[in-house]
Amino acid sequence: MLSKEEVNKIAKLARIELTEQEIEKMRKDLSAVLDYFNLLKKISSEKSDLSGTPIKYLTLRKDEAIPQPDGMSEKIIKAAPAKKGNHIKVKAIL
Amino acid sequence: MELENLTISKIHEGLKNKDFSSFEITKEYLKQIAQKDQSIGAFLTVTENLAIEQAKKADEKISKGKDFPVLCGVPCAIKDNMLVDGVKCTSASKILENYVAPYDATVIKKLKEQGCVILGKTNMDEFAMGSSTENSAFKLTRNPLNLDRVPGGSSGGSAAAVAANMALFSLGSDTGGSIRQPASFCGVAGFKPTYGAISRYGLMAFSSSLDQIGPLAKNIQDCKTVFEVISGQDELDSTSIKIPGDKNPKTELKNLRIGIPKEYFIDGMDKDVEKNVRQAIKKVQDQGAKVVEISLPHSEYAVAIYYIIAPSEASANLAKYDGIRFGFSKNEKELIDVYLKTRGLGFGPEVKRRIMLGTYSLSSGYYDAYYLKAQQVRSLIKQDFENAFEKVDMIFTPVTPTVAFKFGEKARDPLSMYLSDIFTISANMAGLPAISMPCGKSEGLPVGLQIIGKQFDDYQVLRVASLVEKLV
Repeated sequence: MLSKEEVNKIAKLARIELTEQEIEKMRKDLSAVLDYFNLLKKISSEKSDLSGTPIKYLTLRKDEAIPQPDGMSEKIIKAAPAKKGNHIKVKAIL
Repeated sequence: MELENLTISKIHEGLKNKDFSSFEITKEYLKQIAQKDQSIGAFLTVTENLAIEQAKKADEKISKGKDFPVLCGVPCAIKDNMLVDGVKCTSASKILENYVAPYDATVIKKLKEQGCVILGKTNMDEFAMGSSTENSAFKLTRNPLNLDRVPGGSSGGSAAAVAANMALFSLGSDTGGSIRQPASFCGVAGFKPTYGAISRYGLMAFSSSLDQIGPLAKNIQDCKTVFEVISGQDELDSTSIKIPGDKNPKTELKNLRIGIPKEYFIDGMDKDVEKNVRQAIKKVQDQGAKVVEISLPHSEYAVAIYYIIAPSEASANLAKYDGIRFGFSKNEKELIDVYLKTRGLGFGPEVKRRIMLGTYSLSSGYYDAYYLKAQQVRSLIKQDFENAFEKVDMIFTPVTPTVAFKFGEKARDPLSMYLSDIFTISANMAGLPAISMPCGKSEGLPVGLQIIGKQFDDYQVLRVASLVEKLV
């Protein structure tokens, strides 16, 4: 079974705070699913490559700013929990 | 007005002949919702004002012209992970509790261009993660055919709305069976097209290499009509592609080679479900179709790799719910605490579990054993289908191992819930079109038949399904 420390480490990477109770449940649930993944050990890695992935026709658009209809930026800013004027407000990151 | 007998073409004819107006049918559907949804719980938001405004606009369009689009004035419901401009869109998550969509998804834009009427947004498992709609942060949806049973999921509200005549058709999304399984549980038709056939611009991403939008409706013809309207290439979704038209519109069952994968009739599946599916296959065989047993040898790995690939992609896609851009936010002194607390409190247990699982699978030291391995097995599953389709035209399988289960039956054990998608996941892994259609009943609950076709054979799948529909 996954240790409490392992669960805490993943939770931190995932940026999710868990309660003590959630950590215990997560240890059990994740371990059960990871055990189930052992099924995959039956297949040797050399048997296959990645050529079969379904997207072969992918066409990427240019990395450019596409003009948006009037009012779009206001709507997007409005959805943010904290704003100042015409900007989304964030915490100091330095 | 007998709503249960209505179809898209009947509404279209009725509107054309002035038997009724879109306003009248819309009012009737809204009345049904007001009467029934208290006990069923299919809708998270009922967009009454929008629906009435759209219905009036549709009636105006109809009164002016001789020809009007096929979905003009037709009332529908939309899963709550697709954006409708100005309408709340939550993905059934607390983290988006008060989020209002700033624009229309491409599918919504296409429906609106037709003059379609949007009745509301339907309940679902949070961020489409689940198979029973029990993972909604807001409410339970009950199966209209038996209120003690789940409607399936994740598009449970969309399936229940159609089954209870609270919408003529609905849109759902399918990442591992989320259209087909609830369609099967509620006794309606649900179509997951070829990967890329329908633009996902404005669909909240869960697992981008698997997600696909599709219709749920009372019959195959209605699914086809909606599919024709909403499919097509879209420059706003680089994975979208134009699906070729029906290359063989005269296909008859007697010319068909049908494959029955032996791996899809497993120990532990409900015997009555198996019997119903086999009876449906027999009826098709009696029409002259050639039925052959085939093997899809890597099927047993589908659920395992799904729960590596989908959570891995989800852990990246859901990183954007950070307490800064959308809705719910926990204000803290330090930025890192804003993230930790917002996500800790905003996501429900299943979403947290999947993000954790995905983060684990992608983390250093485990990537090769999990994610890379899963991608390799995925290509083996795809290869299995390619081999099978050299011998057969279509593959028939059950949609689920059981009929709709009871509330709470699987909710406490995530793995048993995951295994309920065992027959639907492979079509997403291989990007193939697959439909779920009712083919009988067990314990008074509907059983679904799944028809899987070759990539881009969407219209053939729909064609064959409509022929089978007449027999079962």
